[in-house]
Amino acid sequence: MSSDLFDKFQSVLDQHARLPKDAKDPFAVRMDEVHSQTEATINGKRTILVGTNNYMGMTFDEDALKAARDALDSFGTGTTGSRVLNGTYSIHKQLEATLADFYNTKYAMVFSTGYQANLGILSTLVGKDDYIIIDADSHASIYDGCALGTATLMRFKHNDAADLDKRLGRIPEGAGKLVVIETVYSMLGDKAPLAEIIKVTKKHGAYLAVDEAHSMGIYGKTGRGVVQEMGLEDSVDFIIGTFSKSVGTVGGFCVSNHPKFEILRLVCRPYMFTASLPPSVVASANSAINSLRHAHNLRGAIWESASHLHGALKDAGFNMGTSTAESPIIAICLKDMEMTVRFWSGLLERGVYVNMAVPPATPSGLNLLRCSVCAAHKPEQIETVIRTFLETAEGLGIKPSETHPVAEA
Amino acid sequence: MPSDSSLLSNTQLSKRIMALIGPFNKKGVALVPETSFAMDLDFDSLTVMDLVANIEDEFDMVLPLNMLPDLETIKDVTSAVENILGSK
Ligand SMILES: Cc1ncc(COP(=O)(O)O)c(C=O)c1O
Repeated sequence: MSSDLFDKFQSVLDQHARLPKDAKDPFAVRMDEVHSQTEATINGKRTILVGTNNYMGMTFDEDALKAARDALDSFGTGTTGSRVLNGTYSIHKQLEATLADFYNTKYAMVFSTGYQANLGILSTLVGKDDYIIIDADSHASIYDGCALGTATLMRFKHNDAADLDKRLGRIPEGAGKLVVIETVYSMLGDKAPLAEIIKVTKKHGAYLAVDEAHSMGIYGKTGRGVVQEMGLEDSVDFIIGTFSKSVGTVGGFCVSNHPKFEILRLVCRPYMFTASLPPSVVASANSAINSLRHAHNLRGAIWESASHLHGALKDAGFNMGTSTAESPIIAICLKDMEMTVRFWSGLLERGVYVNMAVPPATPSGLNLLRCSVCAAHKPEQIETVIRTFLETAEGLGIKPSETHPVAEA
Repeated sequence: MPSDSSLLSNTQLSKRIMALIGPFNKKGVALVPETSFAMDLDFDSLTVMDLVANIEDEFDMVLPLNMLPDLETIKDVTSAVENILGSK
């Protein structure tokens, strides 16, 4: 008898089996009804959503909804084909023009998800004789893009430009080099030291690709992201992004000014060998991106809510992922996995949904309750969230200050 | 560090690599060349990558992460480091 193919998952099965039995299962959340960007009925209970990545609340934007309905009527439910065969409609080209205009770049390429954008760009741009060097805390899609490609893979210490400098210095003279970072890291919500990273990247003659998944719409005068906010657009070679967060739908993209960028359409397998985005998605993305440009009020609202939530939880004594609100991602680090599951479950029972994130999906083995603020959150909702955090701690019989992880000896 | 690290003997290399593993060896497992990172030391992939970074710094070299699937034991890492230093 051959061995059970599923034996290799035993440690994951064991970890799942160790979840506290009296808590809700964090991997079995079901949204029965979605009432708005910020409220849903989950497992039968009306719940405030503070863990959606729907930063700018575009999922129910009136213009985006209408654009999607119109496209559905005009073009049907799907394209049933690859971008390089029958899957490029006029609206796909329109969306790419909108993106290029939004970012003020010459070229834009749309993928079916952000995951595929990273997979495609990172596996294709660098080849067998090249080097790709990524931040240690990079998203799974960045690691997977490297695994799909053939370049030599290296990683540098999270947000540490000096460590990057040292490692770039070890790459043989003349080799092609690509540095990959995120501008906002998805788990703790911390920002990259972009100016320092750019300085080191230039010093070694490397290309720089930045993933703006969690910053598009939120930072910068017209919502392009952290690169725009810092005024460093001329120093970044490739910006990669997603429609699954601030754009409120699904899809991914890469924009660039490299004169030969367009050739990627003919060599990038995760772009070519999958169906293109359905028309309704393309149309709502196009509409939402245009709205993000002028969404100054939404940007104001999201920053106000994020700072308030961060400040209140910090004042209560919780151990925050960042010392100030660097992004709308507000993370709390708890003592261990069991406390994290119980706390998360207690929040949900009281009508507040946040993301629970535990190793190996988190950096440095952290156990996190991860909130993401939405521009559509009302101040009362944020107050309810803060109160619910305090009530849940009390319900579990712990003081916020006792939730801190104990430093390992 | 010796000026020409390619002259390091395999035993010296092995010793220095074991010293680097020390801080990650939370369970205090006795280290031999056959010790496996996943099976004996319970290292997850992130821990192995952190160890690789320290090895790179110790020997001022690039140890490509592409090699990780083949680096199961201390012996595997030692020969990988030896090969890379030898071809520098
Ligand atoms: C940094 C980062 N890059 C890429 C992605 C992938 O985006 P998508 O959901 O569009 O596949 C995500 C989100 O999961 C992310 O956090």
